Amino acid sequence: MDLSAIDPVILIASLMVASTPILLAATGELIVEKSGVLNLGVEGMMITGAICGFAASVQTGSPALGFLAAIIGGAALSMIFGLLTQVLMSNQVATGLALTLFGLGLSALIGQGYAGMKPPPTRPLDLGVLSDLPVIGKIVFSHDAMVYVSLALVALVWAFLRYTRAGLILRAVGESHEAAHALGYKVVRIRLMAIGFGGAMAGLGGAYLSLIRVPQWTEGMTAGAGWIALALVVFASWRPWRLLLGAYLFGGITVLQLNLQAAGVAVPAEFLSATPYLVTILVLVLMSADRSRAALHAPADLGKTFHASS
Amino acid sequence: MKRRTFLATSALALGLAGTAFAQDKVKVGFIYVGPVNDGGWSQHHHESAMVMKEHFGDAIELVEQESVPEGADTERALTQMALSGCDIVFATSFGFMDPTINVAKKFPKVKFEHATGYKRAENVSTYSARFYEGRAVQGLLAGRMTQSNVIGYIGSFPIPEVIRGIDSAFIHARKVNPDVQFKVVWANTWFDPAKEADAATALINQGADVILQHTDSTAPHAAAEKAGNVYTFGQAADMAEYAPKPRISSIIDNWAPYYIERVQAVMDGTWESKDTWGGIASGMVKIGEISDAVPAEIRDEAIALEESISSGAYHPFTGPLNKQDGSVWLAEGEVADDGTLAGLNFYVEGLSGEVPK
Repeated sequence: MDLSAIDPVILIASLMVASTPILLAATGELIVEKSGVLNLGVEGMMITGAICGFAASVQTGSPALGFLAAIIGGAALSMIFGLLTQVLMSNQVATGLALTLFGLGLSALIGQGYAGMKPPPTRPLDLGVLSDLPVIGKIVFSHDAMVYVSLALVALVWAFLRYTRAGLILRAVGESHEAAHALGYKVVRIRLMAIGFGGAMAGLGGAYLSLIRVPQWTEGMTAGAGWIALALVVFASWRPWRLLLGAYLFGGITVLQLNLQAAGVAVPAEFLSATPYLVTILVLVLMSADRSRAALHAPADLGKTFHASS
Repeated sequence: MKRRTFLATSALALGLAGTAFAQDKVKVGFIYVGPVNDGGWSQHHHESAMVMKEHFGDAIELVEQESVPEGADTERALTQMALSGCDIVFATSFGFMDPTINVAKKFPKVKFEHATGYKRAENVSTYSARFYEGRAVQGLLAGRMTQSNVIGYIGSFPIPEVIRGIDSAFIHARKVNPDVQFKVVWANTWFDPAKEADAATALINQGADVILQHTDSTAPHAAAEKAGNVYTFGQAADMAEYAPKPRISSIIDNWAPYYIERVQAVMDGTWESKDTWGGIASGMVKIGEISDAVPAEIRDEAIALEESISSGAYHPFTGPLNKQDGSVWLAEGEVADDGTLAGLNFYVEGLSGEVPK
């Protein structure tokens, strides 16, 4: 066992990269759930974004266009969910699950010709002197642009929900769609916009996987990341900064367990593989132990179908 | 009990019907653990199946199912293949072992072939390749190419096949470079590109500059390419898209001749349960081209090792070898027998860490 082989600075830097896909997807889902919609199709939208982004960047040679295509792909898929649940008023849980299955199949179909290809490389941002700073330079200033984008988006979502009128309306729709409707807000339209944002963010998260973190296309490559993102939203009790904490905690355990193994710590591999999930469950249990508080944080109308006539 | 009888009867009926309808057409089934375009293990089984299909042309009918999870779903997939009238079914992953045995019991007329396992029955054969022969060549290359003397190894599951590979690579890396160290990470999956990339990155961060992998995707190569001066080896497939660097060589599985032989045996009615373990000599294991990134004298050394294994002059597990705890495994000149190798579950002396239980 040689724990000194683990460099904490590199560990933190790599956990930020490992956490970015789930952080992006979870930030999108947070907005969706704040508007009172439960979209379980995150996994499907992520993987659709992954292949849309991959295909577009391979065709055009530009990672930026790839990310744009991923945003469009994820949002387009989420609109199927939006149409079914908001306009045709289908059950949100069942539709979300179907969306995941559909997204997995669709992405495999689109990805037929893209296996084994290499996407154009995305270089870390060149921040000059900043990247050469000891410790901080490696942790904070050595990443690709998307890591900073994901952090900025968390901050934006937080500010949006807390300080803007639009954010207040979104929360109102999620807390009581009937009250919001009575006040004259377009509940369905607002929810559709939230769903579209959620889809775009999930697509972005997926594209981060296929374009930067792995980077290549393989079927089923999200491997459950969408479900983790869903769990994170509950874990964070619908608060953006806790979401960031949760995502980095999860990514940190994933990276740490591999590093511990490489350092020769004799812990069963199965246990190490399960730790991120165990910790998620543990935190969920701890948080929901205080029932009154957990219930306070969840949007009151989460997952309920709305029709103007009711 | 009732259901089993029913299944067996209906299988029998279907089997009879199958032979009646397509007297001269042999139906061949394949199930794969990953997608057929994974770039590695499953893709190579699939490509070998395609070569086999081309060989027989219209004389056979081929059905395939990809991304079959190991476990209860395996039995479902195998049962479905047997019920649909397959004469022979190839189950191409270690984890399909028990399901294959279970399903084979219900369908005594259907022939089953299980890759890399050790359980056989009247109608279940096993076949595997001596990947450890290829690992010896990789170990030599790794030991010669490393600058940091730290070699990373991404394992999938702690099963004999994988442990044989680690031991074999380590023995031959140490032989050419006594200072070499192995760091082993268990990914606990055959195929999860994100996890494999993370594992490779963790190893690289801890100083490894050569990465060996026993998982199926090309993600570790991509991670190595990103990191710069790191060498990798193709696993199961050539993975030549990452040559000449980081991929400097590979182990290629060549199943096609075996598939042709076995399907032919079914046609001729000469099929019987047996255990096949082919190596470099029989062509089941091939060493992918050693790229230009490797200096010529090292390449010649590696090719010489490959040839001595191929000709039978040298066995990768030749004593003196000690187990990890220092106890004697093989005395001077002694060669490991196949039985021991098939169930190998310990590291050799010099490897650090423990085999997960």
